[in-house]
Amino acid sequence: MSPSSATDTDVLVIGGGNAALCAALTAREAGASVLMLESAPRDWRGGNSVHTRNLRCMHDAPQDVLTDAYPEEEFWQDLLKVTGGQTDEALARLVIRSSSTCREWMKRHGVRFQPSLSGTLHLSRTNAFFMGGGKALVNAYYRSAESAGVAIRYATPVDALEIADGAFVAARAGGERFAARTCVVASGGFESNREWLREAWGRNERGEWPADNFVVRGTRYNMGVVLRDLIAKGADAVGDPTQSHCVAVDARAPLYDGGICTRVDCVSLGVMVNRDGERFYDEGEDFWPKRYAIWGRLVAMQPDQIGHAIIDAKAIGRFMPPVFPGEQAATLQELARKLRLPEAAFMKTISEYNAACRVGTFDHAVLDDCRTEGLAPPKTHWARPIETPPFSGYALKPGITFTYLGVKVDRHAAVRFAGRPSGNLFAAGEVMAGNVLGKGYTAGVGMTIGTAFGRIAGASAAQAAHGAFDAAA
Amino acid sequence: MRPLEQLARDAEALAAGDAVGEVARQMQICNACRYCEGFCAVFQAMTRRLAFPAGDAHYLANLCHSCGACLHACQYAPPHEFAVDVPRAMARVRLRTYADYAWPRAFGVFYERSGLAASLALAFGLALFLVIALAMHGRLWHEPAAGAFYAVFPHNLMVGLFAPVFLFACAALGVGVARFWRGQSPGAATGEAMREAAGNALSLRYLDGGHGEGCNDEDDRFTLRRRRFHHFTFYGFLLCFAATSVATVYHYAFGWQAPYALTSLPVLLGTAGGIGLLIGPAGLWRLHARRHPLHDDPAHKGMDRALVALLFFTSATGLALLAWRETGAMALLLAVHLGFVMALFLTLPYGKFAHGVYRAAALLKWSIERRQPSRLQLGPE
Repeated sequence: MSPSSATDTDVLVIGGGNAALCAALTAREAGASVLMLESAPRDWRGGNSVHTRNLRCMHDAPQDVLTDAYPEEEFWQDLLKVTGGQTDEALARLVIRSSSTCREWMKRHGVRFQPSLSGTLHLSRTNAFFMGGGKALVNAYYRSAESAGVAIRYATPVDALEIADGAFVAARAGGERFAARTCVVASGGFESNREWLREAWGRNERGEWPADNFVVRGTRYNMGVVLRDLIAKGADAVGDPTQSHCVAVDARAPLYDGGICTRVDCVSLGVMVNRDGERFYDEGEDFWPKRYAIWGRLVAMQPDQIGHAIIDAKAIGRFMPPVFPGEQAATLQELARKLRLPEAAFMKTISEYNAACRVGTFDHAVLDDCRTEGLAPPKTHWARPIETPPFSGYALKPGITFTYLGVKVDRHAAVRFAGRPSGNLFAAGEVMAGNVLGKGYTAGVGMTIGTAFGRIAGASAAQAAHGAFDAAA
Repeated sequence: MRPLEQLARDAEALAAGDAVGEVARQMQICNACRYCEGFCAVFQAMTRRLAFPAGDAHYLANLCHSCGACLHACQYAPPHEFAVDVPRAMARVRLRTYADYAWPRAFGVFYERSGLAASLALAFGLALFLVIALAMHGRLWHEPAAGAFYAVFPHNLMVGLFAPVFLFACAALGVGVARFWRGQSPGAATGEAMREAAGNALSLRYLDGGHGEGCNDEDDRFTLRRRRFHHFTFYGFLLCFAATSVATVYHYAFGWQAPYALTSLPVLLGTAGGIGLLIGPAGLWRLHARRHPLHDDPAHKGMDRALVALLFFTSATGLALLAWRETGAMALLLAVHLGFVMALFLTLPYGKFAHGVYRAAALLKWSIERRQPSRLQLGPE
């Protein structure tokens, strides 16, 4: 399709991940002509969706790959808890209900599901895993989109939108202009934009710019250009611009696209020390899957934004194998030297911790009774002395998963300008996830939001292109 | 000469170490991700391990069917800097498996040299040799002889030539696979495990993509083409083998001599098998030529194509012999067919054919292993 004839386009979809694909497929199913603009080249298409593995699904009875039941109310309470109330109940319930029926649609477009992966039994009730993970899902959607006649342009990052009175007119990318009757923005957050992250995290009391030491767990293409442009042109915003989902990942992780495998799951089995060899938080507060997401921020607050997870031989084989081998040493002193930690301070921390351990019956599968006494900060479970060589250490730094800032939408996914819904501009996915997930995270909810709002936005856009959309309805 | 030999040996060891080390590197990444667990047994076997020394790498490599599903689904595949390409890494180790476990050990080098050109040259050379031998005895062209093969090559001569070569092939592959088994032994096989492994091998279960829609060829689309063409090939081969076996029983137990009637069991089996061996190898060749460039190890290409080409021509010359066995060209056609059969048998233990034997053994290892409790306790689920 040549850009000059782009007025033939009913629906322009900006983005190339899960939400964009759901929108494009839904609009195409409704008879609209659809053009997708993916900022990444084909090899890197799919945004952060390629790093996902499941979506959280409401269900009232066991289904193919989902055990037991996960009713609407429980899903809602989980969401309420992780967001601390920073959510919109009506939109959240819309997403939750949609998750109970969306999988049949996904399967029709080639997505396949598998039982929860080994090491993820805790998710077998609530989350449906994509066979092969998110990239397999993205591939299936692209195949379906291509065969349905969706036009796809890769390596086409949109620079700006033309908006008149809250209505979409055209998008500009490089020297090209893409006019269309309607538009769905599904272009993600701004987590790949290092300058913006720097600005958002600011400078700390030590004079450091913490975000300079972050890695981005996902795509390098979520620069937030369209998001920033929309807000500058009057779209209502939602979510805290200074917040991002942040976990502790191996310090050797690549700058972008490290994905899931860079996590290190041994923190609750040992201790975590900072650059100065000191502990700074209760490593045994709760099960690791419930705590891994707070450690990114905890490490980000430490000097040099670095932490070191220290374990002994007793922990080996008891946690998911990490992608990079840890530093190993026969003595704690040697480990301190290898990790370039101040030896005396490190030894003091470990011996105080070891002396404070009150070992009961160790059981990593329950909140056991092994804890420290008279230690600050305490370790409240799984506390065992670190004394059995060989010792291992993993350096960890903050890894950004996604950002929360987005544009406000209503139940039709319409973008709002000063409280008034647009008649032809819609948003889906990470760029609006903040409406439902104002802060925090629970596994698979991003894909649930992206799938639900992608389909809503696609349907609304197709209706609007055919003159049948009523923004006030 | 010694230093040169030593150098060659060192280079070989280095290459082997590289291939095995690369599998270990990639498996460490995969083991921290695990998204591909639903595709096949390789990733399920991987999760039972924390490290991947040589024995384990050889085992996993031969468990891999090179279906390609994990490559297209991989968030760490090239151009990602992790450059994870499990099908290629596994293919490279498989080549080492065949070479390292080969018997006699010195013949292991044949795997790297059993290319298409070499195999076809051998086949044509043997055929030509037989044709010349016949011509020198003035028996190449003859009156229509109603398929009296043994008038051209006496039965005992054929048995004397083919039986030792066939038995040697069985022995070579048998010793190789026994060495492979000891490299990473999972324990004793139960009847249940053997039944499951046989079913997985005979149905090519791990070419189904885990969802039954097949494997990948040129792109991320799943198709059943490879599985079906392989079935044509494998079952075609089995039918031809059955035809020969039945004919052997006819010959020795009942004293019924070839040629057999078109409606006889050996000819019916052989014809059906021969058709399978035309369709299957032709299809596999075509798919192989269009395979996504990252799927396979380029070093395998010659070996892969040599086997399908030999099978195809063995079948084509056999069917031609059947069609014109009552004409004056019978002796010529027989000589050419026997040349191809002999080349096939000679290259059997040192070519692509080995994959079937090693893969069946790896599948049995898996069926045994997965019935045992995991030695790992990876913490709160």
